[in-house]
Amino acid sequence: MTQELLVCSGLTKRFGRKEALKNVNLRLEGGKIIGLLGPNGSGKTTFIKLVNGLLMPDAGSILIDGQAPGVYSKSIISYLPDRMYFANWMRVKDIVELFHDFYQDFSKEKAVDMLNRLNISLEERMKHLSKGNKEKVQLVLVMSRRAKLYLLDEPIGGVDPAARDFILHTILTNYSEDASVLISTHLIADVEKVLDEVIFLKDGELVRQDSVDHIRESEGMSVDQLFRSIFAVPESGYQGLWDGAAGGQAGPGR
Amino acid sequence: MDWKIADDRPIWIQLSQQLTAQIVSGVYKPGQRLPSVREFAADAGVNPNTMQRALAELENKGFIITNRTAGRSVTQDMEKIETLRRDRAMEQARQFLSQMKELGYTREEIGNVLTQALKEDV
Repeated sequence: MTQELLVCSGLTKRFGRKEALKNVNLRLEGGKIIGLLGPNGSGKTTFIKLVNGLLMPDAGSILIDGQAPGVYSKSIISYLPDRMYFANWMRVKDIVELFHDFYQDFSKEKAVDMLNRLNISLEERMKHLSKGNKEKVQLVLVMSRRAKLYLLDEPIGGVDPAARDFILHTILTNYSEDASVLISTHLIADVEKVLDEVIFLKDGELVRQDSVDHIRESEGMSVDQLFRSIFAVPESGYQGLWDGAAGGQAGPGR
Repeated sequence: MDWKIADDRPIWIQLSQQLTAQIVSGVYKPGQRLPSVREFAADAGVNPNTMQRALAELENKGFIITNRTAGRSVTQDMEKIETLRRDRAMEQARQFLSQMKELGYTREEIGNVLTQALKEDV
């Protein structure tokens, strides 16, 4: 049997009185692409930061490749944060060098090759890049490591559909055979095809962990449709809005 | 190639059907070597494990053959491919017939319409 890459038991995180994650139990194997799905504020980023060792749990435990978050786990995790962390004055090539210095498993050739294909110049300063291109640079760097676990927090949030395809293609063709990729997103329709498994978070609780094809088989609908049914916003709350809308546009449920 | 993934069915089933269609139509010729799982997956934009499952299905049915050193290739068993092709054609024909019957066409009328359409399609 394959050894589990990530095991969480009873994982709980509070911010003040709010419980951001409640008693999450899950196991992930190597060699899979997993979607971490949930609406805004469901605990996706908190979960990723806990696995990454950026946050400490209030209860429960995390094991990555058999070890608690620490020096070893950081060496095998490649993490794409949900925001930029590079200084604006840096050139793209500076950041490539930085990664090269920092991570033993970083392949400079791979990064340069991908940047070339994206038409992003190594000489360009970060502050001159568009938001989407900055995100692409970050993803290229993260995927140019030979990690065991990739944690990608909203990798396709800020880019256009064509760039989304490129990014998903980059993820598909660059993760190593025994590595796993955890992608958090709420753009499910876009990523569904590349996923093996999905994890649904709702108000900090794990409500479902299942394979994409099993969901389609058992529910007769796509993961995107299932997500919409699980996380549907109650219609009554919008009723007033729809009633007030001019032009007789049909609202939900009419 | 153009892969189409619908929402309502498992992805691997759709992939294996589309791969079968390509073998039947000769996009991949008998005995031809196939791209690797990863190449296929990247082309279709799907997960490699899903593509693997689709290819395993075709392997089970004997339409493709895995060679330990040379990767996967299309079967050279022409009879198998021909049977597959005929099955597909019959399936299409039956669908056509049932749709025509829904329109209220008799057997004779269906024959006439088909002859007419064939004439126009030069």
